[in-house]
Amino acid sequence: MKNKLKVVLMVLASISISGLVLQFSINAYIQILILQILMYSIAAMGLNLVNGFTGQFSLGHAGFMAIGAYTSAYLSQIFPGFLESTHLLGFFIFSILGGLLAAGFGYVVGLPSLRLKGDYLAIVTLGFGEILRVFLLNIETLGAARGITGIVPYPELGFLDRFWVSFFYIMIWFVVGLYFVWRLTRGRHGRQFLSVREDEVAALSLGLNTTQIKVRSFVIASFYAGVAGSIYAHLISIVSPSVFGFMMSVNIVVMVVLGGMGSFTGSIFAAAFVTLAPELLRSLQAITGYDLRMVVFSLSLILIMIYRPTGLFGSKELPDIVRSWRMKKS
Amino acid sequence: MTSESHDFLQHLINGLSLGSIYALIALGYTMVYGVLQLINFAHADIYMVGAFASYYISKWIGLEANPGFMALGLALLTSMVTCAVLGVLIERLAYRPLRKAPKLNILITAIGVSLLLQFGAQIIFGADPKVFPTLIEDKSLIDTPLLILKSLDVTVFVVTILALLGLHFLVFHTKMGKSMRAVSHSMTNASLLGINVNRVVVFTFILGSSLAGIGSVLVGLKYPKIEPLMGVMIGLKGFVAAVLGGIGNMSGAVLGALIMGLSEEFVVAYLSSTLRDALAFGLLIGILIWKPSGLMGKNTIEKV
Repeated sequence: MKNKLKVVLMVLASISISGLVLQFSINAYIQILILQILMYSIAAMGLNLVNGFTGQFSLGHAGFMAIGAYTSAYLSQIFPGFLESTHLLGFFIFSILGGLLAAGFGYVVGLPSLRLKGDYLAIVTLGFGEILRVFLLNIETLGAARGITGIVPYPELGFLDRFWVSFFYIMIWFVVGLYFVWRLTRGRHGRQFLSVREDEVAALSLGLNTTQIKVRSFVIASFYAGVAGSIYAHLISIVSPSVFGFMMSVNIVVMVVLGGMGSFTGSIFAAAFVTLAPELLRSLQAITGYDLRMVVFSLSLILIMIYRPTGLFGSKELPDIVRSWRMKKS
Repeated sequence: MTSESHDFLQHLINGLSLGSIYALIALGYTMVYGVLQLINFAHADIYMVGAFASYYISKWIGLEANPGFMALGLALLTSMVTCAVLGVLIERLAYRPLRKAPKLNILITAIGVSLLLQFGAQIIFGADPKVFPTLIEDKSLIDTPLLILKSLDVTVFVVTILALLGLHFLVFHTKMGKSMRAVSHSMTNASLLGINVNRVVVFTFILGSSLAGIGSVLVGLKYPKIEPLMGVMIGLKGFVAAVLGGIGNMSGAVLGALIMGLSEEFVVAYLSSTLRDALAFGLLIGILIWKPSGLMGKNTIEKV
């Protein structure tokens, strides 16, 4: 117990210190990019549970992010003083509520489609994302096409600026999220997920309730997406239906696939890559005069699938890779 | 005769005409799925390229100046050939290297191809919508108080029916069609019996893509606005129609598409137009809950 407390304190301390270092060492543009990478990592970690470990294919993750984002945005609109009076705690409550609502939707969407085999989940989740977008466009209380603007951003605390607070907050979700999926997949649940991915019939004949297993992983992933969405809302301060479209879903899928299905550190790495690549490709646009970012993006997706179908990390985690690299060297 | 029943007949015609366009798209999905068990996400974008091909050929030759069957035929032919070539290219370059890879990988590749076509088209053709030329004069063939039958709707019907008859002939009365049905039944068994599976797959892509090409010209005639993202929604609906009828089943796809077209038209007419796009997915989720194999699909039991 004492040991655990020590670890928690150490993690908090290292988050605070790295936050401080980043606060004073880099400019605002890169700071925002770092926060976005962390946010997308949370969504991608969750999706990796579904795509990587359970072998199902969800194409509507942006929809669940939208639910989390709109929950957080709407709540902070109708309870304007709540976030100020509770400091960071209020943000946690909103994020958890957003995550839970997304998870509830995940259950409703997942249950009918996960009973079936094959690619139905992909289509149903895609459809869900589209339906949700249509509804959001038509609900006047949620701002219709304009969305919700002026969402309360993360506050400043004394000499700690907004970046530090956002970083601290998102980092906590990030670490807890990573710890949770890491532990989850290295235990009984993880083996169940993998058994469904490897051979569903065999898993069934071992007496596993494969539908329940699939729904479980899907609901957890939806929760992660909801939390990421809530973070998005407070980070960017604007949510609108057009943001959470098909492209956002594809982006998150790409993070999972590029990093390696079944590798959480891979997802994080790929989240960084997918967030940074368009920024780096801006110079290409300056040279050619065309917005080639998406073309490069989709082309690299195809090429990765053909030439490195397991993604960059495969199903290995970063520590495994470092270890095997060290062994080779010695 | 009340105006209500007049409206009803009109909606029926519109719905059937919309449904027959969906059918042309849905057949492409269902055939490729039958042979490769792959949701060809790029199908909708092949269709989009077909629309642009016929648009540019009409501009180039000046088909708009003398509309008629000749112009329509030429546009259809261009679109079909372009789509078929594109479909075969995509199969050869993107799908064939992954034939034995996990299904997830092929699915992601399909999405990649779809995005590539969409964004490539935005760069090549421009993102702004273009007006599709009038290849057939839109006049009323029958103009009674009871119903108005426009020549466009008749064209859509006739072309669709001809295409379906042609497809039926190719699939059920030729050797290649027989091989295609064999491969769709079991790829391994078919290849053991000496069927060249790769050729059959190419044939399937040619068929499916040309149907999409026909569909694109018909849509261009009926809703004369084309843009790089025009395939997304109609592709989804075509896919839903295929699932509704039972994916892999060709007559099911046509039935599903007609149901989709009619229900969409009637929902828009009598309920609300905002429900239009939600309806397709509502239908899909409903069918997945109550009859996952589709209306005409067979329930398959997997044996180990």
